Amino acid sequence: MELLVFGKNGWGDELFFATLMTLAVAITAMLIGFLFALIFTPLKISKNKILNFIANFYTTVIRGVPELLVIYLFFFGGSTAVMFVAKIFGYEGYIEINAFIIGAFSIGIISGAYSTEVFRGAYQSIKRGQFEASKVLGLKENLSFFKVILPQMLRLAIPNIANVWQITLKDTALISVTGLVEIMRQSHIAAGSTRDPLLFYSFAAVLYLILTFFSMKILNKLEAHYQRGY
Amino acid sequence: MDFDLMISSFPKLLNATLITLKLVSLSLVFGIFLGTFFAILRTGKNKFLKNFSYYYSYVFRGTPMLVQLFIIYFGLAQIEYLRSSFLWVLLKEPYWCAIIAFALNTGAYTSEILRSAFETIDKGYIEAGQSLGIPKNKIFYKIKLPIAIRQSLPAYSNEMILMLKGTSLASTVTLMDLTGVAKFIISTTFKPIEIFIVAGSIYLFITFLIHTFIKIIEKKLEYPR
Repeated sequence: MELLVFGKNGWGDELFFATLMTLAVAITAMLIGFLFALIFTPLKISKNKILNFIANFYTTVIRGVPELLVIYLFFFGGSTAVMFVAKIFGYEGYIEINAFIIGAFSIGIISGAYSTEVFRGAYQSIKRGQFEASKVLGLKENLSFFKVILPQMLRLAIPNIANVWQITLKDTALISVTGLVEIMRQSHIAAGSTRDPLLFYSFAAVLYLILTFFSMKILNKLEAHYQRGY
Repeated sequence: MDFDLMISSFPKLLNATLITLKLVSLSLVFGIFLGTFFAILRTGKNKFLKNFSYYYSYVFRGTPMLVQLFIIYFGLAQIEYLRSSFLWVLLKEPYWCAIIAFALNTGAYTSEILRSAFETIDKGYIEAGQSLGIPKNKIFYKIKLPIAIRQSLPAYSNEMILMLKGTSLASTVTLMDLTGVAKFIISTTFKPIEIFIVAGSIYLFITFLIHTFIKIIEKKLEYPR
């Protein structure tokens, strides 16, 4: 137990900051995921076959390929891709991308594929009458989307978005392979130098449980908020 | 695009796919038994067993599978008692550690899937069975279980695909599965995109097979409404 205290002799403070890092990666990844969902959900709903295909390709590939493989793709291919773009703009030289950005981006792409599916499902389960009614009332298209469709979409989407958050939070553990010091990496380091892997990995499990427990509490509140009137 | 590399790495990756398939199928088989067992406990009357089953699934679903794998592979070796017991034959092998971790993980999810299937069974079926005087265990095997299995197939196909992707974690404990070999080739050739396409296609193909397989079973087990 002395190994877990804060300060010089224990790993408490290191693990605390690692937990914050995990949270930071998860939240950033979730937001990047929403950005992807914002792009791909309209493509998925649209009637254009080519746009449909692009969106379906994205969600099927990402959801069918292991997260670890996606992370390796960006870990090894990320700086090559960035350098390629930089070359077009006339910058020659080596660019190394920060592990946080690679991690958040690759988890974000994965989380985006799940979010896209959730929002598509929410959009499609809104009754047609709602669209027709807002049309009949003469609401402009964007007004009807933001005031009529979107609030109902959120109500339907939030329970599933909570699931996506759980998946994203747990996926951040995989980022440890890139060397970013989050919970898993920090436990690995601590376990290596103290030769007590059982303690540190079990403690890591507890930290993840705490994170999932409290985030579910918050998300349930949010769900209740959007469930008003039903 | 380096097509030669894609072609030359294909046999190696295909070979590694065998290990991936072995890991998936074994952990799914063990997982089904664990899942059924815990789902029965969960829907049973004994409060203690009910709670036990609840916390089992809560802990395994609330933590990343990587942590579970590391606790079993790195952590359990620390316990002196285990090292002298017969379990050590299994626990010293990364292969069996991976299967134990995966099976426990998928068991937790499977138990949740089956539990919700058991709970949504129309009470009328069970009452009908009781009023016909069918014994209790026969009601379970002949009425409850078949309906629950049919109910949970769509969710279970998702779980199978998640497990397929989950086995990629085996590469972190020195097993050379599909992802492990893919990573090895990437880190020696520095051609991530090519290898990603080949390995990703293999994964997608297996996903497709699982999906089709379950769809066929679903059709077969469909009952007239």
